[in-house]
Amino acid sequence: MKATLDHLIAPLVRGNPVTLHILGICSALAVTTSLSTALTMSAALTFVLIPSSVAISAIRHHIPTSIRLIVQITIIASFVIVMDMFLKAFAFEMSKTLSVFVGLIVTNCLVLGRAEAFARHQPVWPSFLDALGNGLGYSLVLVIVGTIRELLGTGGLLGMPVLPLVENGGWFQPLSLMQLAPSAFFIVGFLVWVMRIWRTDQIEAPEFRILNKDEVGRQ
Amino acid sequence: MTDLFLSSVFEQNLALSYFLGICTFLAVSRKFETALGLGIAVIVVQAISVPVNHLIHQLLLVEGAWGWAGLPDVDLSFLKLLSFIGVIAAMVQILEMFLDRYVPPLYRALGVYLPLVTVNCAILGASLFMIERKYTLGESLVYGLGSGTGWALAIVTFAAIRERLKYSDMPLGLQGLGSAFLVTGLMSLGFAAFASGLNP
Repeated sequence: MKATLDHLIAPLVRGNPVTLHILGICSALAVTTSLSTALTMSAALTFVLIPSSVAISAIRHHIPTSIRLIVQITIIASFVIVMDMFLKAFAFEMSKTLSVFVGLIVTNCLVLGRAEAFARHQPVWPSFLDALGNGLGYSLVLVIVGTIRELLGTGGLLGMPVLPLVENGGWFQPLSLMQLAPSAFFIVGFLVWVMRIWRTDQIEAPEFRILNKDEVGRQ
Repeated sequence: MTDLFLSSVFEQNLALSYFLGICTFLAVSRKFETALGLGIAVIVVQAISVPVNHLIHQLLLVEGAWGWAGLPDVDLSFLKLLSFIGVIAAMVQILEMFLDRYVPPLYRALGVYLPLVTVNCAILGASLFMIERKYTLGESLVYGLGSGTGWALAIVTFAAIRERLKYSDMPLGLQGLGSAFLVTGLMSLGFAAFASGLNP
C-alpha cells in the first residue's frame, strides 16, 4: 500500500514533473500571468492526464509497439477536445484568455511523457495515482508562479486587491514586468534553485570544475 | 507581409514570448551544432505544415466546407486538433523519406531531429495561432516561415550562450536547468525590446 501511495506523493516535490523532469514547461510559463488562469489550466491538465493515463494503461496489452505514439496521441487529443469544448461551454471568458494553450495540452510533454514512461507498463490503479500525483505536482508549480506573478504584478489575487496600491493611497507600486514573459522564466529559474538547495540530490554535476588556488600548481 | 514576417521572427517570437517549444528548447541546446540542426528542421516543417493545415482547415473542417456535397451544416472544426497533429506527423514522415531518397547529406544532418519536431508544441501552436488570427493562405505561409525562423534564431543563440556558460563558476543549485531558465529570461527581455522597437 505504501508503495502504491508513493506513486501519488513522489511527483509532488521529490520528482516534480516541472522542476526535475522539465516536462510541460510551455504551458506552465504561459498561463501564469494570474492565479485564476493558472488554476484553470492546472485543472484542465489534471483532468486530461488522469483519463488518458487510465485509458492507455487499460488497453496497454492491445497497443502494437510500432504505432503506440499515434494511438497515445489520438487518445490524449480526444480528451483535450472534450476539455476544450467543456471550457468553451461553461467558462467562455476563461477559454478566450487561455487561447491556444488548452489545445496545446495535446503536445504537452507531461501527458505524453507519463503515458510513455509509466502508464504503458503499469496496471490501471497505479497509473491513476501517478497521473493524479503528476497533475498535482504540475498544479503546485503553476499556483506558486501564478501567485507570485499576480500578487507582484497587480497587487491582487484572483482579481481581489490584497496589497494597497499607490494609486489608491497605499504603498505598493505594481511591477508591470511581472505580467510580461521574462518574469516567468526568472521565477521558474529561482524556483528550481530553491528546490535544489533543499534537495541537494537533484543538483546537476558541473561539466567543468573550477580548480582551487593550490591545485593549480600541481596540474 | 514583411511586417508579418518581422513581427513573427522578433516581436512575437514563439519561444521567448509565447513559451512554445520550451521543453525541446531547454533539452536540445547543450551543443551549438545540434541546436542549429533542430532549428533548420523546425523552419522547414513549420513553413510546410502551417499552409497545409490552413488548406485542410479551409477545405475540410470549417463550417460549410462540405456545402458542395450537399451538407452545408456540417462543422468539423472540433476535429482540428486531431487533424493538425496528424498532418504534422505525416509531414515529418514524408519529409524524412523525401530527404532520405533525394538529399541524403541533408537527411544525415537533420535525421535525428525530425522526429523530435513532431512533439514540439511550437509547430502545433503556430497552426492554432494561424486559425485564431484568421490568416489567409499567403499570410500563413509567411507566418510559418517567420515563426520557424524566430524559433530557430532563439535556440541557436541560446545554445551559443550555453556553450560558454558551462565554464562558469555558479552556485551548485543553479547549475544546468536553473541557469538555463535565467538566461532564457534575459533573452526574452532582449526580444521584448524588439517589440517596443517595432511598434514605437
